[in-house]
Amino acid sequence: MSDWWRILLAVFVWPGLLGGALLGWLFLWINRKLMARLQGRKGPPFYQPFFDFVKLMGKETIVAGGMNRIVFSALPLVALISMTFALALLPLPGNPLRSFNGDLILLIYLLEMPALCEILTGFVTRSLYAQVGATREAILSLGYNVPFLTALIALAVHANSSSLQEIVTATPGPALIFVALAILLSVPARLKSNPFSIANAESEIVAGILTEYNSKPLAIFELVHGLELTALAGLFGVIFLPFAHSVMTGLAIYILCALVLIFLTTGLAAATARLKVQHALRFFWSWGVAASVLSIVVAVIW
Amino acid sequence: MPFQWLDRLLNISRGKSPWVYHVNSGSCNGCDIEIGPCFCPRYDAEQMGVILQGSPKHADILLITGPMTLRTCEAARDIYAQLPKPKAVVAIGSCPATGNVFAGSPTVLGSVEPYIPVDVYVPGCPPRPQAIMEGIRQAAQLLAEGQAGKEQGASS
Repeated sequence: MSDWWRILLAVFVWPGLLGGALLGWLFLWINRKLMARLQGRKGPPFYQPFFDFVKLMGKETIVAGGMNRIVFSALPLVALISMTFALALLPLPGNPLRSFNGDLILLIYLLEMPALCEILTGFVTRSLYAQVGATREAILSLGYNVPFLTALIALAVHANSSSLQEIVTATPGPALIFVALAILLSVPARLKSNPFSIANAESEIVAGILTEYNSKPLAIFELVHGLELTALAGLFGVIFLPFAHSVMTGLAIYILCALVLIFLTTGLAAATARLKVQHALRFFWSWGVAASVLSIVVAVIW
Repeated sequence: MPFQWLDRLLNISRGKSPWVYHVNSGSCNGCDIEIGPCFCPRYDAEQMGVILQGSPKHADILLITGPMTLRTCEAARDIYAQLPKPKAVVAIGSCPATGNVFAGSPTVLGSVEPYIPVDVYVPGCPPRPQAIMEGIRQAAQLLAEGQAGKEQGASS
């Protein structure tokens, strides 16, 4: 297989667009179903996120007045493309793409793109609610990125390499526990679920950043949300993948990590109310910094 | 047609994922209180794929309660125009149908029908949550069949 075929396969099939979207819809459904069960409701059927996506793709697009139509449709596409490439880079079992030195840094940049696109989206839609949401997201990203980025740096220090393949094949050490903890702290804020649903703040600031979005661009943002869930679960899985010895055990570990991640975030979301942005920031700059310092120190010592 | 199955898939998904937006055009709050339980554990409309959306631009179905008043007419029409097509309107309670006890008041215009084309009426003062869910289901059915907004002729 030539390199181009490998890249195409990784980007479009597994673990890129197709595999990521299917898994993302499955994870979104598990998230919604679990939330419903925890609230004593029955919850949606398993095909719900897929039908939501198809329905939104078939609707008329309304571009709000005073907004550039090209920017309106380009921002979700940029988020989608960067998230797809981030997924393709992840060293999930069966990924045909070869790892290269420094792909961890590229992954960090690509994972940051959807949040950046959403912040820009909020500001260019010229809706008051979207701008409030975008401001909150921008402030919050200064918080949740502290444990997230330092956890990834600690991973690189632990494996003594910035190549994801070498991180996956490094011998497991105690640093991984603290790295997992730091990533776990930042995941609810990245997914904008309670208590960190400050940026999208459903019904408080209408629909937050996406207030003015509808039909196809909204569908793509929903898809990006699913892909983000898959990618974060994948990143969480990367920490534990050193324990895998074959593709099948690797996949099992990945799915298990994803389920644990979804159960924890959904349970937390069902049990808590929304925080104010300053409280969330204080949380990340105290407990988040503590977790990240611990993970770096442990990674350096061991 | 090679893409006929895409159209069929689209129609099925329109019926399976009706997102609603709720607008109160001068209701006494009775019907609004009855909409809440639809999304609570006992009746849980999410099992039909219904989500109560915060923005009208995300919704497929407009739930309208109360008679049309002088104050709210313009806003309600504006919100209706913000729903992307295809869209359906479910009028909840007796007020949007006839004006009910508010009919004849100098500040009330009466039925919403002349201002917003209604697809499904859910009668009652207020209707029970089961009836509201049945109305949403019928509107979703109309969306799936492409019949929503047809009875009133060309309406947008």
